[in-house]
Amino acid sequence: MAKSAEQTTSQSHDLRQILRASMDALLVPLLAVLTAMILGGLVIAFAGGNPIYAYLGLFQGAFGSTKALSETAVWATPYIFAGLAVALAFKGGLFNIGAEGQLAFGAVVSALIGYALPDLLGISLPAIIHIPLAVGGGMLAGALWAAIPGALKAYTGGHEVINTIMMNYIALNMTSFLLNAPMKDPNPLNVVARTPSIAESARIPPLFEGFRVHWGFALALLVAFLVWWLLWKTTLGFEIRTVGANPDAAKYAGINVKRTIVLTMALSGLLAGLAGTIEVTALNYRHELGFSVGYGFDAIAIALLGKTHPLGVVIAAILFGAMRNGATRMQFLTQIPVDIISVIQALILLLVAAEAIIRYLYRLRAREERVVLTRGWGG
Amino acid sequence: MTENYMLSEARPEPRRRIETNIVLEAKGITKQFPGVLANDKVNFDLRKGEIHALLGENGAGKSTLMNLIYGLHRPDKGDVIVNGKTAAIHSPNDSISLGIGMVHQHFMLIPVFTVAENVMLGDETIKRGALDRNTVAAKINEISKQYGLDADPNALVGDLPVGLQQRVEIVKTLYRNAEIVILDEPTAVLTPQEAEDLFRIMRDLTARGVSIIFITHKLKEALAIADRITVMRAGRVINTVLPSETDSAQLANMMVGRQVILTVDKKDHEAKEAVLKVENLSVRDQRDLETVHHVSFFVRGGEVLGIAGVQGNGQTELSEALTGLRHPTGGKVFISGHDVTGKPPRVMTETGLAHIPEDRQRHGLVMSYSVADNMALCDYYHPPFSKRGVIQPKALDENARRLISAFDVRTPSPFVNAGKLSGGNQQKVIVARELSRSVKLVIANQPTRGLDVGSIEYIHSVIVKMRDNGAAVLLVSAELDEIMALSDRIAVMYRGQIVAMVETKKSTREQLGLWMAGAHVETA
Repeated sequence: MAKSAEQTTSQSHDLRQILRASMDALLVPLLAVLTAMILGGLVIAFAGGNPIYAYLGLFQGAFGSTKALSETAVWATPYIFAGLAVALAFKGGLFNIGAEGQLAFGAVVSALIGYALPDLLGISLPAIIHIPLAVGGGMLAGALWAAIPGALKAYTGGHEVINTIMMNYIALNMTSFLLNAPMKDPNPLNVVARTPSIAESARIPPLFEGFRVHWGFALALLVAFLVWWLLWKTTLGFEIRTVGANPDAAKYAGINVKRTIVLTMALSGLLAGLAGTIEVTALNYRHELGFSVGYGFDAIAIALLGKTHPLGVVIAAILFGAMRNGATRMQFLTQIPVDIISVIQALILLLVAAEAIIRYLYRLRAREERVVLTRGWGG
Repeated sequence: MTENYMLSEARPEPRRRIETNIVLEAKGITKQFPGVLANDKVNFDLRKGEIHALLGENGAGKSTLMNLIYGLHRPDKGDVIVNGKTAAIHSPNDSISLGIGMVHQHFMLIPVFTVAENVMLGDETIKRGALDRNTVAAKINEISKQYGLDADPNALVGDLPVGLQQRVEIVKTLYRNAEIVILDEPTAVLTPQEAEDLFRIMRDLTARGVSIIFITHKLKEALAIADRITVMRAGRVINTVLPSETDSAQLANMMVGRQVILTVDKKDHEAKEAVLKVENLSVRDQRDLETVHHVSFFVRGGEVLGIAGVQGNGQTELSEALTGLRHPTGGKVFISGHDVTGKPPRVMTETGLAHIPEDRQRHGLVMSYSVADNMALCDYYHPPFSKRGVIQPKALDENARRLISAFDVRTPSPFVNAGKLSGGNQQKVIVARELSRSVKLVIANQPTRGLDVGSIEYIHSVIVKMRDNGAAVLLVSAELDEIMALSDRIAVMYRGQIVAMVETKKSTREQLGLWMAGAHVETA
């Protein structure tokens, strides 16, 4: 009896500790957002606007109606996928700046499968086959695109930060070429660089009739859960996190560090590819040059704001989606340009990355653990 | 003499003759670190021209006290009195100007600079806008001659052996006119012969009026060289004694607070067939220099083979090659007859190897992981810890609770991060994980470095138990006493080769020390 009582108290003690730790993990991002909003408000006031009206408009535009909510979810969907991609790489000790390119590549491949496959085969495919093919193809493309810098890191020591940036250039310029020439929509009325529409059978339907929010949003939430499960509940996740936390100990523990690095990058690219794929198959029904610009980079901010935790990423992605979505309404109401949102988002990232500023401003005690952004070159 | 110490405690008012020779006094020093009272009302004094040993286990508060005196930290309470005046020491610059010099355990030298450049660093002599090396060199030569320090001002520090690098550190303090020199664990990196040289230099220094605080956790050294010994434990001064009036048993008692068995209780044991066989093994380090040259030896089941040697003679690379962390460049390694040359760590573990790594925080643990996760670090991928690729938290938890009680790990719970435990308990986590498996071969590299006496004793007893149960044990240690206490046979490594292989019973400390210093090379 005494023993079990002791165990319960020790367990409730552990629970308290976990709670306190998660509170602490939440505190800095929350304060960073708050501080960025205050600073952004000052910028708005300086530009001659009324910050309160501006933020009111922002909130209305993001959450003020069912349509607003639907649009926020639409914005948040690629952010969740891409944010998870960057966060997963961070957990494995890798800084994937290449989500942008992996996303574009995933979108191109999935659009190609979406519009060209039925013609190529000469039959119409049922949705149950065509959707998984299009989505799977896009995921695979993203995974392969990210596995290349992963392999370069693992086997040659080439730093993934440099190599993912380089891979971005290749992917974006290749996409531009493909959309302007071989994959360009042949419709004579079309003047922009975009693919033809994908077949009906490759389209993911909306969640509710009359709203743009689609099943991709539900999939994003499911994938966030799966990423959490993978990282914390499976042996593969244990290996990824161990390589991320201490590669020397990982090697000592018998983990194949090189293979894990390649795999982590591939998984990260897979998620980024999914972000592009879902935009094609569930929203735009085609790939158009420039639609995805910035998602991969915003994803870095989202992953950091979400403290590289899947739940945090979902929250941060919805916040970013809400800001992007509400900005139009804000501009309409107060004539404050939507670009102020980019200023606020940049401030958030800055304050989250330079956590010491927040800790100093609000007199918070330092935490021992930090997200390892990147290790030494070639390390 | 002890009474004088007591007297100065009881009467704070101005003192006469005897007191004038106290050059440094710490009074009522208290320093609180988060969660640890590192110094608790510590009193300490140093007389002119004496060697005062500050003895204590790791974590007893010796280094904290010295860092406070040297200005690296500020005390919460208490005063430091230098030459009779209360000193306000805010930084090392203040202590240097008061004539205090410190030689740290890890040298603060720049290897690619010459001795002269290192010595003048931070206090450069400049002539017409350029460094005045000649004046500095002349002064170094003068100091070297005066104190018998033997330091060439133009030599590159990186080319010097460790013992000489240490002398450069001492010259550095004297160059800044230090009259009080603090030596922090100075013998940790030295061979017994180099340590003897250091002791001679220390005596020379005191003969010329320099006062020395000698920080150590080695009883024998304190007894051999000190004029007075102050013992610290858990942040407090336990007592100050004269070497002539005490012995190692009494000192150990003061250090630990209980009776300590200094020798390991080890029965004679029949060794069986060879478990580890190493043939002609060569290994290169990360700079691609061959640091292990054609080494051959074997370890039998039921015996401990100790590898003695001064750090940096290839032991690290040898044990990394034997455990799969480093690819050997030549030769063969067999465990129980299986050729495991160049195989990755997982193959080694599955063949029956337990590895207690040299650098416990780098290789042995993931500091941001819980104790429970760390205790399954090498076994996480198979049942009961995981089933079909899914981790079984319950199995991890049960395993951790079992090992925590079996190996006496002091942790508030299995969920606490390993980084929050003390060094001794971190090591116990590793030892528990590695030695709770069924293993045929144990490779333990510096298994007790930096640990308190209690943990050392415990880990020694576990290693002996593994041997008695029939495991082959390869023990690598820079502590000759540890090697001699645990090993059945001793191999001495010097510059990448095994220069001697003896039975412990037939060896002497002196002979081993000579081998460690490479004496065979000079005589051969």
